[in-house]
Amino acid sequence: MAKALHTHPQAREGDDNSIGSLVDAHGLLTPEAERDAAVSDDQLRELYRMMVICRRLDQEGLNLQRQGELGLWGPYVGHEAAQVGAALAMESTDWIFPYYRDFAMAVCRGIDPGNILTIFRGLTHGAWNPYEYRFAPFIIPVGTQVPHAVGFAVGCKFDHEQTAVLVGFGEGATSTGDWHEAMNFAGVFQAPVVFLCENNQWAISVPVEEQIAGRIVDRAAGYGFPGVRVDGTDVLTVYAVVRAAAQHARQGHGPVLVESVAYRLQAHTTSDDPTRYRTDADLDPWKGSDKDPIERCAERLRQRNAYDDTFAVAVAQEAEERASAMRQTLVAARPPHPESVFDLVFANPPASLMRERDEFTSSLEQGGAE
Amino acid sequence: MTGVTLGKALNLALHDALQSDSRVVMFGEDVGNLGGVFRVTDGLQEEFGRERVFNTPLAEATIAALALGMAMKGFRPVAEMQFDAFSYPSFQQVTSNIAKYHTRTGGAVNMQLVIRIPYGGNIGAIEQHSESPETYYAHTAGLKVVTPSTPADAYGLLLGAIKDPDPVIFLEPKARYWMRQDIDIPAPPLPLDRAQVVREGRDATLIAYGPTVQTALLAAEQGESEGVSLEVVDLRSLSPLDMDTLAASVRKTRRAVVVHEAPVFMGLGAEIVAQLMHDLFDVLEAPIERVGNATIPYPPSRFEKLFLPDADRILEAVDRTREY
Repeated sequence: MAKALHTHPQAREGDDNSIGSLVDAHGLLTPEAERDAAVSDDQLRELYRMMVICRRLDQEGLNLQRQGELGLWGPYVGHEAAQVGAALAMESTDWIFPYYRDFAMAVCRGIDPGNILTIFRGLTHGAWNPYEYRFAPFIIPVGTQVPHAVGFAVGCKFDHEQTAVLVGFGEGATSTGDWHEAMNFAGVFQAPVVFLCENNQWAISVPVEEQIAGRIVDRAAGYGFPGVRVDGTDVLTVYAVVRAAAQHARQGHGPVLVESVAYRLQAHTTSDDPTRYRTDADLDPWKGSDKDPIERCAERLRQRNAYDDTFAVAVAQEAEERASAMRQTLVAARPPHPESVFDLVFANPPASLMRERDEFTSSLEQGGAE
Repeated sequence: MTGVTLGKALNLALHDALQSDSRVVMFGEDVGNLGGVFRVTDGLQEEFGRERVFNTPLAEATIAALALGMAMKGFRPVAEMQFDAFSYPSFQQVTSNIAKYHTRTGGAVNMQLVIRIPYGGNIGAIEQHSESPETYYAHTAGLKVVTPSTPADAYGLLLGAIKDPDPVIFLEPKARYWMRQDIDIPAPPLPLDRAQVVREGRDATLIAYGPTVQTALLAAEQGESEGVSLEVVDLRSLSPLDMDTLAASVRKTRRAVVVHEAPVFMGLGAEIVAQLMHDLFDVLEAPIERVGNATIPYPPSRFEKLFLPDADRILEAVDRTREY
């Protein structure tokens, strides 16, 4: 009988977990691993800078929604370390497949945040070219983007590229069939995927203990590859662990699951009302500076003597400017001609669809003439 | 090539596509050294290797999603679903992601992929092996849906589907896998949006596709012996519909019967009838008839033939249009 086709038998043991040993029982980078990671002061300052900018953009997104400029906003405050740490850990040649909350990852990839917001203003379904930023579109049906990343990564492997593919999702996604299938396929094909679970402990109103029995991180072993659970409020840990996981994937050792544990400090989206299912007291353990990704990063920088007021003020100033620029871009964005929706359905559209477009256009023109 | 079955014609098309384009890959359940449960991929893994033709785990949603990801990476995936009713776990990926991805990326990413699905009944099988899910797919914007009725069309349409830059649901009439025909290969790909008049006639048009085209031709033959001249149009493409070809035929015959295995209720015939009634209201001599299944789960195979279109039911429908 033929052997399994795409596996390296030696890499199929879930207990081969050198990446797991990077962190201690609290999910924090061990002193040894921190030394080996050799993250420079400048790199840590960059992580800090992007987290401050992204938090300010998140606040601006919320403001814009409340002011009626956006139909919807999905806040990511509390996720800054996970998203910025993971996005900056990937090489520019790597790919990222985000879920809908991964706005900060998109910003880290250089996509203009004002353009991204045009999706939530109802102007477009697609605001960037994925090939330009190596950043796939936000996917709304929960968990369904996870196997896309696996397919793309299998392609990278077949093309003999040294490319890793990061896929983001929440803990709720780990209940979906697509997530389990994707984990299994990734294990079987030894696909170069980094699965990043942003466990914020809430899937809209459902708390993690009603979502999951056991630990998400432990599921990796069942699919034959390593998993590591990290403190998702410590950007240095996320950065170092995801970087190691991506390297592991790029070198052909197969996938890694990284479970980043933090807390969703805001509503699921602006359409949500968290007062119906949780209290302020629930948030208290996560509100202190010891759980704040930005404060923690500042503290690490202070310990390195790499943080001062000049730096902090400059970053804050830049964040203000970028929030303002995002607002201006959004408000200035003109809707495309409605007719354009017909042109984006197919690469090679059938004549019947073009006739529908022409009928639509002429009915618009007639309507305008009345 | 003489006596080529429809299944073999598909195999030859896959072979030629794999050979002429190194980016074509083929995967699904049991498509490796088994050659698929219908042997459509027979010998392909052996010839092209395990990175071109490969088995996947048994999970249809991710088979579809794998096609999406690989298409995005620049491959031209051909994914196989084992049976019609086994394609449903992939429905979310197909309708929510594959069909919408071109739009969702502002037109930057093409979903150049094919999902092959054997469909239809009349093989004495259990219910999940006999369904006709075409309307689900045809109703979804962003998908093209085609189905061949002969070995020659199977070859040409599959090549056309693989070359097309958009996602194509390729429905294979499994009851016709063993139908034989002499075909010329290699042959050029067929266009994906054209119906074909497969028999000329004067008195009424039979509109059929996939497995029912041969049934319609049989009915036309029988009709001729009874003095009724029937035209038969093979849709080939279920989305888009080639209404120009249909309208030209019905303009001539002034009567029509749509034939499919799927339930009549909300079936493809409903759309065809609506469009013909709208465009040819003044020309039609009678309401257009539909022949298809009742609104029931696929019946037990021992009496499936009572629910499948046959020549008698088709000719009865023709009579109704002539006696109106």
